Amino acid sequence: MGYIINGFKEAFVLLFSGDTEMIRIILLSLFVSGTGTIFAAIIGVPLGLCLGIKRFPLKRFFGSVVYTAMGFPPVVIGLLVAIFLSRKGPFGRYELLFTPQAMMIAQFLLVLPIITGILFGSAKDKGQQVLELGHTLGANRRESLKLLIHELNSSVLLAVMTAFGRAISEVGAVMLVGGNIKGSTRVMTTFIAMNNSMGAYERSIAMAIVLLTISLLINGIVHHLNGGRNYVD
Amino acid sequence: MKIFKERNNVSMALLLLILGFTLLTTGCKQQQASDQTTQDEASAIVLATTTSTEQTGLLDAIIPVFTSETGIEVKVVAVGSGQALTMGETGEADVLLVHAKSSEEEFVEKGFGIERYDVMYNDFILVGPKDEEALPEECKADIVGALKYIQENKITFISRGDDSGTHKKELSIWKTAGIEPSGDWYISAGKGMGEVLQMADEKKAYTLSDRGTFLSMEDSLELSIAVEKASDLLNQYGVIAVNPEKNPNVHLEEAQKFVDWILSEKTQKLIGEFGVEKYGQALFVPNAKA
Repeated sequence: MGYIINGFKEAFVLLFSGDTEMIRIILLSLFVSGTGTIFAAIIGVPLGLCLGIKRFPLKRFFGSVVYTAMGFPPVVIGLLVAIFLSRKGPFGRYELLFTPQAMMIAQFLLVLPIITGILFGSAKDKGQQVLELGHTLGANRRESLKLLIHELNSSVLLAVMTAFGRAISEVGAVMLVGGNIKGSTRVMTTFIAMNNSMGAYERSIAMAIVLLTISLLINGIVHHLNGGRNYVD
Repeated sequence: MKIFKERNNVSMALLLLILGFTLLTTGCKQQQASDQTTQDEASAIVLATTTSTEQTGLLDAIIPVFTSETGIEVKVVAVGSGQALTMGETGEADVLLVHAKSSEEEFVEKGFGIERYDVMYNDFILVGPKDEEALPEECKADIVGALKYIQENKITFISRGDDSGTHKKELSIWKTAGIEPSGDWYISAGKGMGEVLQMADEKKAYTLSDRGTFLSMEDSLELSIAVEKASDLLNQYGVIAVNPEKNPNVHLEEAQKFVDWILSEKTQKLIGEFGVEKYGQALFVPNAKA
């Protein structure tokens, strides 16, 4: 029991001493997951909305595909990215394996179905009304999409937040493609795993407290968005 | 025309994505000199090594010296020796620092590596639970006898099981003892040295460890050394630059610089001093042949 209490004590000392290595790791985590999520949003938001409101053959089938992909095991995504980026792989000459970019690509692929899926779902449910409204107001397609995004902005935020939460708390894929390299690809989750395996409990507990705080904040916001779905302008 | 418009949207997004990634890559490049995309002017090499060299903190202590002297970043990927050798075979790594001598020699023979050099050694120890005097006195310096005793009495033993140098060593000792280890008492973990030591700690089990990793974690473990200093427990580390003939993508020039540097007298001295302050003894004994 003593070592746990000690771990927490030392963890707080570490947190408030502003250990530069830890701060860099936290920033890198936010940067990598943030970038991956932003790119996934750039593609996933319009894609999910467009396909959600459009009537097309196999729409239900597409829905099942996206919803299935939402549960894709991160570690498998990591493996696929690692295979493609390795020096022997098709993109080998860019030497991207074990770089932050590789982690972004993995996280991008991990959260793309999540963003697409959530928005596909909410656009399917509400999109039609919004579009009819837009149509009556004489909006063209692009304006309609804008209107839709505006009307569904809490869904968009919910999707992006959920994705970011998934990305930042993921360990398997980033370990595979990043390799937990000190000062280059070491992020919060791999840092926690490594320090625990080295018996440096106070360092892993300290980082776990930071990660937990970030995750809970995100989850709190997501929950709030999910519960208070009134379209406030 | 509707479809066309929609395509437009998607292609716009794609364009943005490509643009973004390009910007990002260049941004990262400025941010850290460790990312290079061209082959001929590498500023970073990948060093595939064992979990023991990283977890003891040795590499953290010496690699910054190399980087400041040469300007070459070293990306340390810590895996078991077996996986490190595989990374050399596929050209994923530029230089290897491992401890599985026979496999290393085979690696060079097959043309995957340029040449293998001795770098340093430490030794393996059998560690077990502190509070249980399970092993008889006569096994204190007889690793084969100790393993036989463990097997006969079905005492829990944890194997690295990850094709690392330590794992290979352990298997060779079982072989010497004429035992095929199997059964509920024999746990194959598939993890690095640190995790396995912790597992042994949790399960009150025995395991084979390199002395360095054990010393660096001793404070957080309820384990003690059960067998040490037996003749067949030497643990020799070697360094190999990966041969570009098999994998044109590897950076031989920089890797060779690293090899020369780790074998140099100055670095050897650093290795010999590492750990003395913290643990009262060196974790590795440098033995490069000058």
